[in-house]
Amino acid sequence: MLNIKELLDKVKASPYREIVIRAPHTGKVEFAGLKQGDMVRGPGGEYMEKPGTLLANLTREKNKKPIPAPEKGIIEAVHLEHEGKFVEAGEPLVTIKHYLTRKEVIELILQEALYLFRAPERAKYYFVPEVDQKLKVSGKRSVKVHDGMEILIVSRMKRETPLAYSGPEGIVYSVYFGRGENIDEGEPLIGICPEDQLTVIQDVVARIQSEWEEEE
Amino acid sequence: MDVEKRIQDLKDRLTYIRDVFINREDDSIRLLSHKLNELLARYKEIPAGVGNDDLVRIEDLFNFSERKLDLTLTPMDRVRIVRHPQRVCLKDILENVYDNYTEIGGRGEYNIDPSMCIARAVFSRRVGDKLINQMVMVIGQEKGHGEAFRNGGSVKPWGNAKALHYMKVAETENIPVHTYVFTPGAYPVEDWPGAAQQIARNLYELAALKAPVISVFSEGGSGGAEAVGLADRRIMLSHGYYSVISPEGAAAIEGGLRDGKRATPELIEKCARQLCITAEDNLENGYIDRIIQEPPLGARPNHYEFFRELRRELIQATNEAVSGVKSMKLYRAMAVRASKTDDAESIYMRWTLSPRALNRLVDLRQRKFRAMSRNARLDGTGIVNRAMAATKGTIWATHSFLRYDLLGRQKKRLDAMFEDLGAEAHLVRHKLLMPLKKTMDKVLPGGQEEKNSRIGDEFKEKLTRLSCPEDGACLVGSEWAWTSPRSQEDRTITCPNVRTQHCPDLWVPDLFGDFAGVCPSCGHHFPMEYRWYLENVFDYSVSKEFNQQLESVNPLGYEKFDLKLDKAKEKTGLKSACITFETTIEEVDTTVAVLCAPFRGGSVGAAEGEKFIRATERARRKRQPLIAYVHGTAGIRIQEGVNGVIQMPRCTIAVRRYIDAGGLYLVLYDTNSYAGPVASFLGCSPYQFAVQSSNIGFAGPGVITETTGIAVPPDYHRAYHALSRGHIHGIWDRREVKKNLHQSLLTMGGRNLYYR
Repeated sequence: MLNIKELLDKVKASPYREIVIRAPHTGKVEFAGLKQGDMVRGPGGEYMEKPGTLLANLTREKNKKPIPAPEKGIIEAVHLEHEGKFVEAGEPLVTIKHYLTRKEVIELILQEALYLFRAPERAKYYFVPEVDQKLKVSGKRSVKVHDGMEILIVSRMKRETPLAYSGPEGIVYSVYFGRGENIDEGEPLIGICPEDQLTVIQDVVARIQSEWEEEE
Repeated sequence: MDVEKRIQDLKDRLTYIRDVFINREDDSIRLLSHKLNELLARYKEIPAGVGNDDLVRIEDLFNFSERKLDLTLTPMDRVRIVRHPQRVCLKDILENVYDNYTEIGGRGEYNIDPSMCIARAVFSRRVGDKLINQMVMVIGQEKGHGEAFRNGGSVKPWGNAKALHYMKVAETENIPVHTYVFTPGAYPVEDWPGAAQQIARNLYELAALKAPVISVFSEGGSGGAEAVGLADRRIMLSHGYYSVISPEGAAAIEGGLRDGKRATPELIEKCARQLCITAEDNLENGYIDRIIQEPPLGARPNHYEFFRELRRELIQATNEAVSGVKSMKLYRAMAVRASKTDDAESIYMRWTLSPRALNRLVDLRQRKFRAMSRNARLDGTGIVNRAMAATKGTIWATHSFLRYDLLGRQKKRLDAMFEDLGAEAHLVRHKLLMPLKKTMDKVLPGGQEEKNSRIGDEFKEKLTRLSCPEDGACLVGSEWAWTSPRSQEDRTITCPNVRTQHCPDLWVPDLFGDFAGVCPSCGHHFPMEYRWYLENVFDYSVSKEFNQQLESVNPLGYEKFDLKLDKAKEKTGLKSACITFETTIEEVDTTVAVLCAPFRGGSVGAAEGEKFIRATERARRKRQPLIAYVHGTAGIRIQEGVNGVIQMPRCTIAVRRYIDAGGLYLVLYDTNSYAGPVASFLGCSPYQFAVQSSNIGFAGPGVITETTGIAVPPDYHRAYHALSRGHIHGIWDRREVKKNLHQSLLTMGGRNLYYR
């Protein structure tokens, strides 16, 4: 039995994720002149083609490599003692405090609370007709699943085989695939939550949706 | 009501004048607006108080001022005139110039591409006491007085495809084509079939279209204009422009502007002046045949006299084109030549031509373009050498004819006959003698088999033996004839695909030495110097270079361009961006033309175009295959203006002649190939390939964002996209280029190659 309230309080108490930027390999570090408290941006642009803010340059074998920020956030610490020195791989260089976005918080809670049933292979997935019917008529939360129940059809190159659910008993809380969409192996198909947790989860998600302030 | 209308008309005229002279304060403009405001005030108070006389007076004043202002027009003002929504558009011309027309290939918005308008139009002519309808196919871009769905006359690839389709229809029906160029440029998207690819196809077909083509230029924006502008007679409207790039684009390049920064109006004005884009400039350079005088400040839809003039000119031009090749013309040809445009209507000619006349027409068209842009390059070849080259050319042509046509054909026949006989004999032997042999072998065993088995054993041994270390390491040559000087540096380098492919860092001496600039873990090709290909693929050191003395110059006297050119010449040691030579690829003699990126980005100007054309002619005379290796090209050299643009049709015609003569024309793209050359003489090849990691496209990402407002994905121009839409036919690994070229030379191309 998972305590969602506790989880939420934990998130609220520190709504940050610390990202430690480590040296990807050995080399000489030159920091890009950022100091504590500076804002950094993650990769941007329509196609994520613009790299994030430059944090440092790492030079190995006369090959200078930029290290950009992976996420938006505020600089927590810069290990300036390494400036101009040779560091080993994995040496922490910069710590970024990344304020969690609404989406990330919900994701985090669901990760903890739901059981994700994942795709066994790359294929298109459909619900079996009776489940499909039920979903359409009375919504996602009406479908109960238990271990060994056949709920999905794996369709690949016109070869259709039923797929049995394996995992804890519960209700379908979220569906992560669309009709006729190819799902890669290991991607989540459906999220299952225990029946008694349903209302709590819904509550929490709704509250986050309305209350979570996103920092600009 | 009439007064209302006339006043509205005057208002329109004033806004038009203001729009054209956008930032100029002029006494006449001030006077006009003052007078008009007075009149409007009076009209508002007492509508009856404005009489006919007042209106006539102010209209006269307008006419006078327009004439006066017309004398002060700068090139940039002309650009603004052409872009103005009140400017005549193709629909107006169809309504007023032709006697009847039917729009085909879509109507208005219900159209695959409303910016390209096609119509079957008719001139009704009285000949004696008969009425005769002369059909023409009218093709042109339609700007539609600012209708948004027309896309400003910027034609998408499928619009140009539609135009091409109806040109072919006109060819089938044996009627002339009148094309109208009203485009700021083609729409730079790479959706199927690709902007560049489609323009190249249009040019290729127009190069030998068997129908008289007359084109009228109003707004000639580079590649988009060429897509319908390759014509027997090119007429230009006096207030139009014809240019390699919009003045704004030139200013952005001149000022080195990035990320949507705007150039200053002064710089734009200057570029417009330097590009020599006006009708007079183009007439002087010989890129158009005639100018039609427009009314002061440019033609607008109510200038009916202008439409009559245009009609006369069109009939005259079509008559000229037709009478030049018709066999039955007698006095009329003389009359056409001598006639002033006023009585063009009085001479009647059938515009249908016999097949032979059509062949002559195409030939004349091809010669016409061949003779253009002579003054825009420098030919440092001495007079003796030129004479030698001409003689050699004749000798080659004769030699090829004798050897490959006259004698070669007989030899081929004999060979074919022997081949057939041999095959017959083989079959007979097999059917008749084999059973006999078998029985003999059964009756008399031994003898044969031992010998066989002995050979077999050795052979088997060779095939099945494991490698013997005592023979030494079997290193097969990773020895390139030429390695990049970059491989001398002791450092590492990161593969750009490291994020997705996790390639380890590469040591530069390895990468640019043995690996030939290819990342061993993901196959990314780092750009390589053109010298690498010259030496390792084309054996340049033992090849025969020709036309080395053709030199790029600055024909328009573009500011600071001489210095830039000199710098490029000094840096590369070349005289132009194109190197042409004759070489042997695995014992097949070929002619090769290389466009080198280090020389001004591999841009094509008059010298490069000429060199390329001469290479095609040489290959044709010698019956050799022709390979165009594009190490990189940034497009047409804008500083040469139309001298550069005209290389598109010129080179395409040369290619067309070569392919029609039965040659094999291969194009290999490398690094970045964009714009004009790709949209003409490279893109029209039936055999196009690319080296891995190269980019091919019509306009670069910056230009696309600038002109269409769409941001394109970072990999938009990758060769793989060109492959998937069928522009190119294969993507080659750099290390296999030579092998693949040889394979292609043996398996592709025309009937008229010396080794076939």
